[in-house]
Amino acid sequence: MSDATALLREPWQRLERQRQAGKFGIWIFLASETLFFGALLLTYAVCRIEHPDAFAAAGRETNIWFGTINTAILLTSSLTMAVASQAAAQKGRVRQLVLACLGATAALGVAFMIVKGFEYKEDIEKHLVPGTGFALSQPSAQLFYGLYWLVTGVHAIHLTIGIALVVRLVLLGAARRIRLRGSPELEVTALYWHLVDVVWIFLYPLIYLPGRAS
Amino acid sequence: MTDAALAGELPFPPRPDYLRAGSTLLSWLATTDHKRIAILYALTITVFFFMGGAAITAVRVELFVPNGWFLTSDTYNRLFSFHGIIMVWFFLVPSIPNTFGNFLLPLMIGAPDVAFPRLNLFSWYLTLVGGIFAVYTLVAGGVDTGWTFYTPFSTMFSNTHVLTAAAAVFVVGFASIATGVNFIATTHMLRAPGMTWFRLPMFVWSIYATSIVMVLSTPVLAISLMLVIAERWLGLPIFDPARGGDPILFQHLFWFYSHPAVYIMVLPAMGVVSEIIPCFARRRLFGYDFMVYAIIAIAGIGFFVWGHHMFVSGQSPYASLIFSFLSFVIAVPSAIKVFNWTASLYRGQISFNSPMIYALGFVGLFTTGGLSGLFLASIPVDVHVTDTYFVVAHFHYIMVGGSVSAFFGALHFWWPKITGKMYPESWAQFAAITMYFGFNMTFLPQFVAGYLGMPRRYHTYPAEFQVYNVMSSAGAAVLAAAYLLPLVYLMWSLFHGARASNNPWGATGLEWTTTSPPPPHNFDLQPLVDRAPYQYHAEGESAGSDAPEVQNARSLR
Amino acid sequence: MNAIFALPEASTQAVRVDGILAALVIVSALTLALVFGLLVSFAIRYRRGSKAKRGRLPEIVNREFEVGWTAATFFLFAFLFWWAASADVGALTAPANALEVHVLAKQWMWKTQHANGAREIDELHVPVGRPVRLVMTSQDVIHSFFVPAFRIKQDVLPGRNTETWFQATKLGVFPLLCAEYCGTNHSAMRGRITVMREEDYARWLSAQPEGDDLAHVGAKLFVSQGCSGCHASSSAVHAPKLEGLYGRTVQLSDGRQVRADDAYIRDSMLQPKRDIVAGFDPIMPSFAGLLDDGDIQSLTAFIRSLGQEHGHD
Repeated sequence: MSDATALLREPWQRLERQRQAGKFGIWIFLASETLFFGALLLTYAVCRIEHPDAFAAAGRETNIWFGTINTAILLTSSLTMAVASQAAAQKGRVRQLVLACLGATAALGVAFMIVKGFEYKEDIEKHLVPGTGFALSQPSAQLFYGLYWLVTGVHAIHLTIGIALVVRLVLLGAARRIRLRGSPELEVTALYWHLVDVVWIFLYPLIYLPGRAS
Repeated sequence: MTDAALAGELPFPPRPDYLRAGSTLLSWLATTDHKRIAILYALTITVFFFMGGAAITAVRVELFVPNGWFLTSDTYNRLFSFHGIIMVWFFLVPSIPNTFGNFLLPLMIGAPDVAFPRLNLFSWYLTLVGGIFAVYTLVAGGVDTGWTFYTPFSTMFSNTHVLTAAAAVFVVGFASIATGVNFIATTHMLRAPGMTWFRLPMFVWSIYATSIVMVLSTPVLAISLMLVIAERWLGLPIFDPARGGDPILFQHLFWFYSHPAVYIMVLPAMGVVSEIIPCFARRRLFGYDFMVYAIIAIAGIGFFVWGHHMFVSGQSPYASLIFSFLSFVIAVPSAIKVFNWTASLYRGQISFNSPMIYALGFVGLFTTGGLSGLFLASIPVDVHVTDTYFVVAHFHYIMVGGSVSAFFGALHFWWPKITGKMYPESWAQFAAITMYFGFNMTFLPQFVAGYLGMPRRYHTYPAEFQVYNVMSSAGAAVLAAAYLLPLVYLMWSLFHGARASNNPWGATGLEWTTTSPPPPHNFDLQPLVDRAPYQYHAEGESAGSDAPEVQNARSLR
Repeated sequence: MNAIFALPEASTQAVRVDGILAALVIVSALTLALVFGLLVSFAIRYRRGSKAKRGRLPEIVNREFEVGWTAATFFLFAFLFWWAASADVGALTAPANALEVHVLAKQWMWKTQHANGAREIDELHVPVGRPVRLVMTSQDVIHSFFVPAFRIKQDVLPGRNTETWFQATKLGVFPLLCAEYCGTNHSAMRGRITVMREEDYARWLSAQPEGDDLAHVGAKLFVSQGCSGCHASSSAVHAPKLEGLYGRTVQLSDGRQVRADDAYIRDSMLQPKRDIVAGFDPIMPSFAGLLDDGDIQSLTAFIRSLGQEHGHD
C-alpha cells in the first residue's frame, strides 16, 4: 500500500485534498471554540467591571506560583507539539523524533494537570469555593471564584481531551497502526493543542494577576 | 408532468440504491452515508415534532376558557416550556439543515458524501442523547422555565428539572456545531469540477450561511446554559444579584445565540423556497446574486440585533437605539428576497403542485411575519407588545408559517428523490391549503390579542381575550389535522405510490441527474458543471416550453 | 373592563405609541397588498398554458430595478426607525414634577408605596394629568410591570432599580399585568390602576392609614446603620455631604462626572469604591448584604428629601 492510500478516507479521492479539509474543518471548529471561551471571558469582563475591588481582592488569593509554573509547562508543551508536527512534515526518517515529541507533549499535559490538582487542593483548603464558609468577606469575591473554577475546569476538560488525542497518536504510531509522517490527524491534533494553550495564555493574567499590579 | 418526459426516464439501474444497500439495523445505525443519516434525523425530528405538538395541543385546549379547566398552573407552565424547548432545539433547528441539508448538500454540489461522514453520524447520536435528556425531563416531571431559561428564576426559584433540560439543549448544541463544521467544510472542499461559488443553488448558499451561524453562535448558548447549570448545581453565583451576579447578563448571552438561531431556522427555509419557485414557475430565479448577498447579509447582521429582545429589560437606552436601527436594517435583505421571489413568477408558466403551494404560502406568511417584526423593532411599540401574544404570533409566523411550511414544501418536492415514490398529489394540495388556512386562523387573532394586552405564558387570562383564544384554539385543531394528513398519505406512498422518475418536476439541480433514490455514492459518473443554476430558459427570455438545461451538461467518469 | 376590539388610550404615551402603530399598520397593509396582489395576479395571469405574453423580458426588469427597490425599502425603514426612535428618546426621562411611586414586585404580587408612605397591594391609585414616576425593584425573580392602557412595560429586576413613567389622561380602572414569566402563578399576578381626579386622589391619599413615609424610615436607617457617623453635617470624618446631593452632577476623582440619581446612590452604598467623589478618600465600606432593597429605597428617599425640603431634621 502506498503512503496515500493508507491514509485516504471516504469521501476523498486525493490525500492532499483530505488534509486540506481536515485542517479547514479544525479551523472552523476552533472559531467555534473561540466564541465558547469568548463568552466565558465576556462574563468575566462584565463581572470584573462591576466589581473591580472584589476581583482584585480575590485575585490576590490565587497562588501565582502554581499558575506561573503551569504557564511554563503548557508553553513548553506547545513547543514539543510544534516540533512534532514540523518533523512529521519532513522527508526522511523522523518517526522516532515525532514519537518522542508527542510523548513529551502528553507528559507535559499530564504535569499541568497534576500541578492544577495541587492548586485545587490548596484552594479547597483555603475555602475558596463559593458557597457557605467562603473565605473572603465581599460577596462578589465569590463571583471571581465561581468563574475561576468554571474557566479552569472547562480548560482542564479541553486539555484532557487533548492529552487523550495525543496519547492515541503515540500508541497508534508506536504500534505502526498509522503512519505519522504527513498524517492529517497529527496536524489536526496539533492545532487543537495550540488552541488549548492559547486559551491558557488569556486565562493566566485574568486569574493570577488582578490585584497584584501595584 | 410533461417536463418529466422531457427530462427523460433512465432505466432503473442494476445496482442497489442507498435505501437497499443494506437492510440490517446496524447498516442504518452505523451508516456514514449522508442520505441515511438524513433519514435517521427525519425520523427523530418527526417524533419530536409530534411530542411538541401534543404538548401545545393540551395548552390550546386549556385556553378555550379564561380560568382553565383541566390543567393546574404548574402543569400548564411545564407544557408550554416543553413545547418551546422541543420545537426550537429538537425540531426547528435541526429540521431543514439536518434532514434536507444532509441529504441534498452533497447531491447538489456533486459530491459523494459530506466532508466528515463519521462526524455526521456522531452528530446524530448527540442529538439522540440530547433528546433522551429532554424526554427524561418530561417523564421525571418537566421543567417550567419556558424555553428561555431566564435567570434567576431558572437558577434559584424553579423547583423543576432545569438541570436535565439545560443539559439536553447543551448536548444538542454540540450536534449543531458538528453539523455546521461539516457542512462548511463540505461546501468549501467537495464541490464538483465547475461548481463555482456563483453556480451554487440557493439552497446550498442558505445551508452554508446557516452553518456559519450555527458554528459561531451555538457555543455562546452552551456557555449560558453551562453557567445556569453551574449556578443551580454547584451554587456558583454568576447570575445571583445577592452575591453581585447579574441576571441581565444571562439574557445577553442567551439572545446572542437565540436571535441568530431564528436565522438558523429560517435561512434554510428561504433556500428551499428559492429552489421550488423557479422550478414550478419555469423561470430563472430573479436576481440570483442579490439573493446570495441577501442571505449573507441576514446571517451577518443577525449577530448584532439580539438586544431588540431586551428593550424593556433595563438595558441602556442608547444600546436599544442601536439594536432598533440594526433590526430595521436586517429587514431590508428579507424584503429583497420577498420581492425577488415574487418577480420570479413574472412571465412564468406556473403550475400549482403541492410544493409550489407550500412555497407560495411561505412567501405570504413570511412577509406577514417579517412586517410584524418592524413593529417589534420600533422601540415604543415594542415596549407595548413585547412579551404579549403579538410576539407569539410574530415568531410563529416566521418559524411555523415560514420554516415549517418550507419544511413541508421540501418534503413534497424531494420526496420522490428521497424515497423513489410519488405521493397522491391532490391529497398533498389539500393538506397544503388546509395548513395555510389553519395557520392563519390560529395566529392572526393572536396579533390582536397581543396588541390589546394579553401577556404570553398566561395560564388564566382576563375574560375579554376569550374570543381570540377560542379562534386560536379552533384554528389549531385545523392546523393539527393538516400536519397529520401528510403523515398518512406519505406513509401510504411508500408502499403503494407510483415509482418516481429521476426528475419528476423537470428541475435543473444536480440532484435530479442521479437516480431516484440515489445510489450510495450519489453519482455513477462524476458530474461536471458548466452553467449557473435555474436555467429554465435562455437568458433574457421568459418561461418557454423548452426543456431546462440541467446543471451538468456533461458527466465525466 | 376593556372593550373587545379597542384598547383605551389612557396615557400620553398611549397616543404616541398608537400613532406609530397606525403608521406601521398602514405600511404593512400596503406592502402586504402589493405582495399578495402581485402573487395572485402573476399566479393567475401566468398559470401554466395561459395565453399571456411571455417571450423576451422587457428591459426594465433588470439590475436597476433591484437596486431601486432595495434603496426604497432601506429609506422607508430608516424613516420608520427615525420616527420611532425620536418618540422613544422624547419619553426617556420623566418630567421633574412627577409623583414618585415605589413598586416592589414579588412572586406573585405587586406592592406599591406612595411618597407619603401609603401602601397598596395589587392596586395603585394615581391622579389624572400628573406624571407618575415608578421606581421598581423585585424581591425574587424578574417580573414586568405592564399596563396595556398606558402602553408601558418595564421589567422589574432583583438587586437593581428600574424606572418607567406615565401620565394618565383618562379616569377609570385599568388592568396591571405581569408580563415577564415568573413561575407558577405568573398569570395571576395582576392588579388594577385606578386613575382619579386630582382632588379625589388627595382625599383618597389622606384617608389611607398613616404609614411611616419612606424618607422617615430612611432617616432612621441613616442613624441605625451608622451612615450618620460620617455623612451627618456634624461629623468630623471627611465624607461627602448629602444635602442637596440628589439630582446634582458629581465630579469623581477619576475625572468622570455622574448624575446623582437613584442608581448612583444605590451603587455608592453597595460598591462605594467604584465611584469616588473628587477630593475624598475611598474609606467607605460596602453595605452590600446589610441593606435590602426596601432599605435602599428608603435611604434614597431620605437623601432626596435632604435636597428638596430645606431644614429637614
